[in-house]
Amino acid sequence: MKKIFWIFITLLGAFAVGGVAIIRGEHINSLWIVVAGICIYMLGYRFYSAWIAAKVLMVDATRITPAERNNNGRDFVPTNKWIVFGHHFAAIAGPGPLIGPTLAVQFGYLPGALWILVGAVVTGCVQDMMVLFMSMRRDGRSLGQMARDELGPVGGYAAMVGTLMIMIILIAVLGLVVVNAMKHSPWATFTITMTIPTAVLIGLYLRNIRPGRVIEASLLGVSLLLAAVMGGGALHSYPALSNAFDLNGLPLAWCIIAYGMVAAVLPVWLLLAPRDYLSTFLKLGTIGLLMIAVIVVHPELKMPAITQFIDGTGPVFAGKVFPFLFITIACGVISGFHALVASGTTPKLLTSENDVRLVGYGSMVLESCVAIAALIAAALLDPGVYFAINSPAGIVGTLPIDAVAKITNDWHFPVSVDQMQALATQMGETTLFARTGGAPSLAVGMASILSSAFGKGLLAAWYHFAIMFEAVFILTTLDAGTRVGRFMLQDFLGHLWKPMSNTSWYPSILISSALIVAGWGYFLYIGVIDPNGGVNILWPLFGIANQMLAAIALCVVTGVLVKQGKLKYAWITALPLAWLAIVTTSAAYEKIFSSQPRVGFIAAADAMANKLMAGKLPTAQLSIASQLIFNQRLDAVLAAFFTLLLWIIILDTIRVCWRAYTKAPVLPCSETSYVARVM
Amino acid sequence: MINNVATIVKVLISHLRRITGDDAYERYLQHHQLHHLGDAAHHTVLDRRTFYLTEQQRKWSGVKRCC
Repeated sequence: MKKIFWIFITLLGAFAVGGVAIIRGEHINSLWIVVAGICIYMLGYRFYSAWIAAKVLMVDATRITPAERNNNGRDFVPTNKWIVFGHHFAAIAGPGPLIGPTLAVQFGYLPGALWILVGAVVTGCVQDMMVLFMSMRRDGRSLGQMARDELGPVGGYAAMVGTLMIMIILIAVLGLVVVNAMKHSPWATFTITMTIPTAVLIGLYLRNIRPGRVIEASLLGVSLLLAAVMGGGALHSYPALSNAFDLNGLPLAWCIIAYGMVAAVLPVWLLLAPRDYLSTFLKLGTIGLLMIAVIVVHPELKMPAITQFIDGTGPVFAGKVFPFLFITIACGVISGFHALVASGTTPKLLTSENDVRLVGYGSMVLESCVAIAALIAAALLDPGVYFAINSPAGIVGTLPIDAVAKITNDWHFPVSVDQMQALATQMGETTLFARTGGAPSLAVGMASILSSAFGKGLLAAWYHFAIMFEAVFILTTLDAGTRVGRFMLQDFLGHLWKPMSNTSWYPSILISSALIVAGWGYFLYIGVIDPNGGVNILWPLFGIANQMLAAIALCVVTGVLVKQGKLKYAWITALPLAWLAIVTTSAAYEKIFSSQPRVGFIAAADAMANKLMAGKLPTAQLSIASQLIFNQRLDAVLAAFFTLLLWIIILDTIRVCWRAYTKAPVLPCSETSYVARVM
Repeated sequence: MINNVATIVKVLISHLRRITGDDAYERYLQHHQLHHLGDAAHHTVLDRRTFYLTEQQRKWSGVKRCC
């Protein structure tokens, strides 16, 4: 009976994937992708993850876990597997899997859908589960520590530097997404601003009024946030107030930078922790709603399966489908960042080794579902509308009439100024042209799905709810990321001058926080003043950094497998590693050396420098030209640095594996020894 | 029937409290009772507010949120 069920799932999955891949012509229904996804995820979870757990990792339920051995009622706590699953999923699910697929839809829905469906089950889910398992067998050590223990100091330092760099790029690009969503949108700016006093209020409530009563505080906070969304809608009746929240990109960027600095030095209970409670509540709730709505509404996808932009001329970001699809959709398929979470809090909560399958592999499957839902929400828009929202002014021009002409006539995706105006009015905005960064177009898609599932006529409210939902956890990532970066920097600076490592010494806190904020603040500032929208530069850099971190995690895992004499199974992580190495290296190579100014950093810097010399630059760009040129060169150095770091650790892993294979001495396995569980 | 519904609701609430961390302090007290009663090194029991604040400090010292 069971066999028949799985044969049925396999056939259904094959049929759906075939349908997705082959059906052309009018519009495909999103149900095809949903069914294909469910079948692939079920098969991957049932067979591949079970096989890896049993044969490769040799998961042993009779072995005691760190949670049980070190149970201290605080961080080491044996916990029900579904609760750990919830915690782990809440920790890994961020704005990445929503934004990446939205941007990648410029290639059409097919490349993104196939990469998410196939890539997740064989790369990302495997990475997350293996790292979780290995950290669990090492008392919950971090990825950096495991790299040092298993590969040596080179791997350890590479992991540390990589983590710090990715944090800076990540925060900059997320900040840019928020700025683009708030630019000249009083409603969005008001709502997002209101999340700050709301969080502070909840922080005070949780500390002074009802300490630790998380549920009631979250309910109170979420109601206040919903009230803020509604309040933002009434803003236009008060022109003075509305004007105060109607801001350009640059002042908004400075606000975000100032906010980041303040948030990093305030005590966690006041802003970070309460904001996180609210964002987790909203995140899980909205993702749940979105997935239900996608299944209930199952809209038709208006985006073609494949667009002409696979040739590398896409307006959202430049570059061919290979390798740029694979670094644009990072989170949602494979994300190096997950390896940090999977080797931190989560392994200290597992009650049984068996749970690594559900928590490690399962959470990533769910995250991949989120990516599919985001892809569907973006692909259901009229392609003309999608490109009008996501194309920066530097490509299509600042005037709506020019943008519409280019998109309709040159690219053959019909759209009109009236249509865009009507849509903007429906969403409670003045304009939706050139709102790059993915969040606005995703919010339009989400608003249309959610309003047709749960209440028509509330489009504007749903749109601003979606924007607020994205902004809330982007700001959480910004706060938390700055803080983690600060700790890492303090640790590092402590080697140079001892007092700097004191994490509660105020001068050290201020200096290190200011350095981190200045780091991402710089990239955010450049991203905002860049007429090409900044996303074209920052998102690929983020993707390269994230995939590099994933490659580091896969290196550690592969090294451990080989050292344990499991060479014949090493392909499980070595193949994804090889793929990531190819993708990351070729993407970095193109970003550095491509002769097309929109793709290559050096070409872009040279092109602009030539224009500047020849006096051909528009006057508006004269004052910023030298900054843009410097930035393009800096980005080239950064991409080269990421690649270098990647290859150092790959070569170091090969060295360790070769020594292990030839029985030369290697660092001892750092796994804790077997202790039986008391059943 | 009513009993069953009441039990299900109770279980759901306790799960919700567990997953949100609403019951962290109760669990801490329970743990303390079980493992450290009469233990000189762990003599002082934190009050609810101090416990909440030290837990937030500990929680937010590592990578806890992702992209």
